Amino acid sequence: MSRFLDDFPTIAAYRAGLDQGQFSVTQATDALLSDIQTHRALNAFVDTDAKRSLAQATEAQAQLATEQSHLLTGVPLAHKDIFVTEGWRTTAGSRMLANYVSPFDATVVAALNKAGTVSLGKVSCDEFAMGSGNEHALTGPVLNPWDHDVVPGGSSGGSAAAVAARLVLGATGTDTGGSVRQPAALCGICGIKPTYGVASRFGMIAYASSLDQAGVMATNADDLALLLDAISGYDSRDATSVQTCHGAANAPGRILGEYNALGQQYAGDKPLAGLRIGIPKEYFGDGLNTDVARVIEAALTQFEALGATRVEISLPNTAYAIPAYYVIAPAEASSNLARFDGVRYGHRTNQYNDLQDMTERSRAEGFGDEVRKRIMIGTYVLSHGYYDAYYLQAQRVRRLIAQGFQTAFADQCDVIMGPVSPTVAPAIGSVSNDATAEWLGDIYTLSVNLAGLPGLSIPCGFAPGHKGQDLPVGLQLIGNYFDEGRLLAVAKQFQQVTDWHERRPGVAA
Amino acid sequence: MKWEVVIGLETHVQLKTNSKIFSSSSTRYGALPNTQANEVDMALPGSLPVLNRQAVAHAIRLGLAIGAEIAPRSVFARKNYFYPDLPKNYQISQYEIPVVLGGSINCLVGDEMRSFALTRAHLEEDAGKSLHDNFVGPDGKPCSGIDLNRAGTPLLEIVSEPDMRSATEAVAYAKALHALVTWLGICDGNMQEGSFRIDANVSVRPEGQTEFGTRTETKNVNSFRFLERAILFEVQRQIELIEDGGTVVQETRLYDADRDETRSMRSKEDAHDYRYFPDPDLPPLVIDAAWIEEVRADMPELPGQMRDRFVTEMGLTPTDAAQLCQDPALAQYFEAVAKQLPAEQGKLAANWLMGEMSAALNRDDIGLDDAPIKPDHLAKLLTRIIDGTVSNKIARDVFAHMWSTDDKDADAVIEAKGLKQISDSGAIGAMVDEVIANHDSIVQEYRAGKQKAFNSLVGQVMKLAKGKANPAQVNELLKSRLDG
Repeated sequence: MSRFLDDFPTIAAYRAGLDQGQFSVTQATDALLSDIQTHRALNAFVDTDAKRSLAQATEAQAQLATEQSHLLTGVPLAHKDIFVTEGWRTTAGSRMLANYVSPFDATVVAALNKAGTVSLGKVSCDEFAMGSGNEHALTGPVLNPWDHDVVPGGSSGGSAAAVAARLVLGATGTDTGGSVRQPAALCGICGIKPTYGVASRFGMIAYASSLDQAGVMATNADDLALLLDAISGYDSRDATSVQTCHGAANAPGRILGEYNALGQQYAGDKPLAGLRIGIPKEYFGDGLNTDVARVIEAALTQFEALGATRVEISLPNTAYAIPAYYVIAPAEASSNLARFDGVRYGHRTNQYNDLQDMTERSRAEGFGDEVRKRIMIGTYVLSHGYYDAYYLQAQRVRRLIAQGFQTAFADQCDVIMGPVSPTVAPAIGSVSNDATAEWLGDIYTLSVNLAGLPGLSIPCGFAPGHKGQDLPVGLQLIGNYFDEGRLLAVAKQFQQVTDWHERRPGVAA
Repeated sequence: MKWEVVIGLETHVQLKTNSKIFSSSSTRYGALPNTQANEVDMALPGSLPVLNRQAVAHAIRLGLAIGAEIAPRSVFARKNYFYPDLPKNYQISQYEIPVVLGGSINCLVGDEMRSFALTRAHLEEDAGKSLHDNFVGPDGKPCSGIDLNRAGTPLLEIVSEPDMRSATEAVAYAKALHALVTWLGICDGNMQEGSFRIDANVSVRPEGQTEFGTRTETKNVNSFRFLERAILFEVQRQIELIEDGGTVVQETRLYDADRDETRSMRSKEDAHDYRYFPDPDLPPLVIDAAWIEEVRADMPELPGQMRDRFVTEMGLTPTDAAQLCQDPALAQYFEAVAKQLPAEQGKLAANWLMGEMSAALNRDDIGLDDAPIKPDHLAKLLTRIIDGTVSNKIARDVFAHMWSTDDKDADAVIEAKGLKQISDSGAIGAMVDEVIANHDSIVQEYRAGKQKAFNSLVGQVMKLAKGKANPAQVNELLKSRLDG
């Protein structure tokens, strides 16, 4: 069965189809809603609302003919269910918010709405974005379009699966410890998390405030650049959003401008001549699956063919990223999630004796295991007598990790590359019951969040999964602060000489 | 055994800002429940706090006024505890690094100028209110309600050192602080509405002992009188407890004004572990020199400076000057009057303001801003006392007339009512002669040595003059005629 986006696989192709009158936004929206129904077994969408989507489509169609028309006008997207959306339910994958409807849109969603994109629905995620396989979700596991027995990655698993299955052209995600890059890698698509502070966190249900950052997912670098540019910008409602990026205003146009300028600059048969790629030796250690290592190595060789040079670097504190992250993130989460108490909104238990009992039962019933575990860890590490040993120590490690990157970027390399995940997507149920295994899988992505750097994942090949089947492998590109445009431009060069990003899973429903 | 009392005060000052400390909701008092609470105040998912710079400017203002250090970089922390009127279930406050460090409050205790040291002042948000009494839920049954209008109102918590040794000192400090924050315009000072709330840390120790006794913290003190009573009660309770062989338990106590007692709220054992940590939603608060200078340029003259100036330039006693400087409106009024009088007549203006004016304001229950007699009117009246046109006593009648009618010109009132003082010695002499002639028995008494009789004769002359005779001249002429 063919899918609508099989014929229009990129934003440019889709817009060309629109502009040439091959279809209207409404027709596309109708067709895509039908594709979503056909592929509902993936369990990627938690909420669709044809009426709302079609209303947006009508508006977009009208916008196309006006001066407000944007490169993204009419483009079908899906939003991670951690972004609050006016009108659509926002559950954060939790029973706690099973029926919650926000009175306002997240800034990121509002920006994309303003650009004229059409939302086809909310997509599944791990509960409060805590998880790496999208198995800790209220609506059950999301399936990987490449193989329904394996996870799509997490926590933005619904976003990744929807894009990989070509049900939408792009999706929003959030990345606290790899939640955009890792599912992108495991589903064979592209995903980018910008520098901390580039995109607003307003309306993103907070997991770990100092690490959370919105990101976008799509099939190729061009589309990512368009989407990321649209969601970037200073927001006066988020005190941690940045006003300037190396002197340039943090506003739409900055990332796309740099991306396009570098695209012009990267020319000839060695377009990346002069680019120094740092290869952290710690990213190629024992934990890395050998098949994945082989695929990554081939991709790096490809970059050398494009003119780039490889430099071995060291990020000596990489191993400590896991303990540091799993102290800081739960600490912040334990406090961020305190507001879910059954008093003003969200799940409230049916029977209780008094106020404290009401709050305790509501929380015990409303939160799943992984969330409860992290709240308990966070509460513990912030407790009197443990704070210095855990929280403060983790903050010190965090600073060292950030310094390690700065040392590398200062005089050794321009961009860092390595794997996103040590393995391809594991079988559903194989890691979610083993916390340590699930957490260790984040080793290559956590440091980027701890340092606040931009990180990109692009598909670069396939490696055998648990049954020997071919599953996607992602290459991670890490840039210095505000280097989003450059990361994407470098990825674009790779995608011009390879076709990994064009590979798509079979269409079997 | 003799006991020494040790008191430190923690004062929550509600800052006068249009919007809340971390949201754009209005801070106006008295609105319908939950009409001034937006997504931030209700802690809806996805909402984030953004610091109100006006609240910070107010904190800087206080810091400058008390000679404190303004921290160039201070940090907002989360104080985590569950309570239904605390929507996020954590309070954003400053913990390890507050915005204002040190400083002192100078004030008169009796006639002695004292200085009380401050530890710190930090910014934080207020909680909402739980409504327990007479609250009915949507199902018509009694229940508790939550009003989040107050949630997020900016507070400056001002912490003193344990520097006070009596309830009198504590009250003097609290009054001076109250006067200062209203003077600075950073707080409306309304204690009934909770704009200025005091917690008293009280302990006792045997005189001569250097280490502190165990302290209790008494909350919910919303007037200076209650502060005094709460401390007196608590001191008495602690002394009796120790003298009866007991020990004071570190605890939080609540002052009950109806019963005039404090009672235990929670002991230290029940104390929460607040799990403070820096709020990752808010970058550190950075205050540069330029911001401090901007606030400084906009500062009014401080009460202490004004007080000293009133003493040196206007000849007031320190007590009078201090009293006038408790209220910026009063001090400004005084200055507006006094500068129209000769320099040595400041005392006259002060007496009139704290006497006649204050009494009239109290009687009509209005503030100085609403007084029907403005500084220019009063200055003219006082000028007529100084130049002898009217006596002090007649001036009070003129004042009363000016107060209650539209006639605000003292000269016109004096003229119209014929109140001009008689200073013609011929006319006064004639009246003196008449009184001496008609009151022979009193004259005899005076000559027999009864001084009181003299006053009686003065009274007769004034009666004859309908109070308008210049009293000094009456005295002088009467004396010379009787003794001469």
